[in-house]
Amino acid sequence: MERKKDNPIVSLVSRTVSPFIMLFALYVIFHGHYSPGGGFQGGTMLAAAFILIRLSLGMEISQLQFKSRWATPLGSAGVLIYFGTGLVALLFGGNFLDYGFIPIAEAVAERRSIGILCIEIGVAIAVMAIIVSIYDDLLEGSSDD
Amino acid sequence: MIDFFLGHYGYWFAILLMCLGLYGAIMKKNLIKKLIGITIFQTSIIIFFVASSSKWGATVPIFDEKIGVANTAKYINPLPHTLMLTAIVVGVATMGVAFALVISIFQKYKTLDESVLLKRMKKDNDS
Amino acid sequence: MKVVNYLIMIVFCALMIYASLGLPNRGDAYADLNKEKSLSQTPNAASYYIHNAKKDAKTENMVTVILADYRGYDTLGEETVIFTAGLVCFLLLRKEKKKNGKKKR
Repeated sequence: MERKKDNPIVSLVSRTVSPFIMLFALYVIFHGHYSPGGGFQGGTMLAAAFILIRLSLGMEISQLQFKSRWATPLGSAGVLIYFGTGLVALLFGGNFLDYGFIPIAEAVAERRSIGILCIEIGVAIAVMAIIVSIYDDLLEGSSDD
Repeated sequence: MIDFFLGHYGYWFAILLMCLGLYGAIMKKNLIKKLIGITIFQTSIIIFFVASSSKWGATVPIFDEKIGVANTAKYINPLPHTLMLTAIVVGVATMGVAFALVISIFQKYKTLDESVLLKRMKKDNDS
Repeated sequence: MKVVNYLIMIVFCALMIYASLGLPNRGDAYADLNKEKSLSQTPNAASYYIHNAKKDAKTENMVTVILADYRGYDTLGEETVIFTAGLVCFLLLRKEKKKNGKKKR
């Protein structure tokens, strides 16, 4: 996909709006305990912010923001955060993914709350990286003939 | 009778959407249009699940001090919401896989029309 | 062939509407789906979650608790599916590019 020519309005607006989308995505992730939201929604919105820059400014400039080759390692890192949280609970004597056994707070309910936050972050990172990676791969695959 | 109708028309709209998606998936010859049909089908299932979780006079499934948790009729059913939340994101990811397959098909056979594609595949196999 | 396709669609639609006649009314708070006890006299999943989500995990949003705590395995599977989908995309489209060998990222 090639851009025909630079449109100042499109590039300015998308560059201005993208950080706010990211900020709102972080709010959605971290406020998911108290309002509608969570890892899946926030991760998708983060990916939307990256894809907005990719759509409006082209592939070369957006590589400065988020390199395409980071996407797959970040996705596996997200899945590993999830697995690791479950594994830590396993090491401290509980069942797999039973956050009540992770010794990070006094009360069991508090521990579960923090465990939920950990895996929400893992889900958000994985979803963000994978959606950006799918976008990049589709673009490369379709532009290459 | 009117109660029955009012309680079920939401399901019927979801079923109508499902048939529309099936129409796209089996009648259209273009692979992209088939994919759009499949996506509509999936969306109709999501709408059906979310519709089935509603309760009249209930609020969102977020704990509220004023309401308490003693009466479950005050919160809508959170289980279908959870299932569909993951289904939406997984649907996007699997749609990406479908588009990747379509792109590789197009790169190999230079067409997306089903009948032409079958002809070219047969020619490819014969030679 | 076209007639068969239309027939399949009409039969599917009729079957679905026939099945929907047996469903409880939409918005009925006392349907089987929303009862305290299920048919086998065990606690119903949705009611159990509503009663215990705040107490178990100190989190207001019940959907988050179900997603990440009660059904953690389920979400783990979903995330693996997403990751696999991304990987499949990567492998499918990357293979084509390597065969051409034109340019790299």
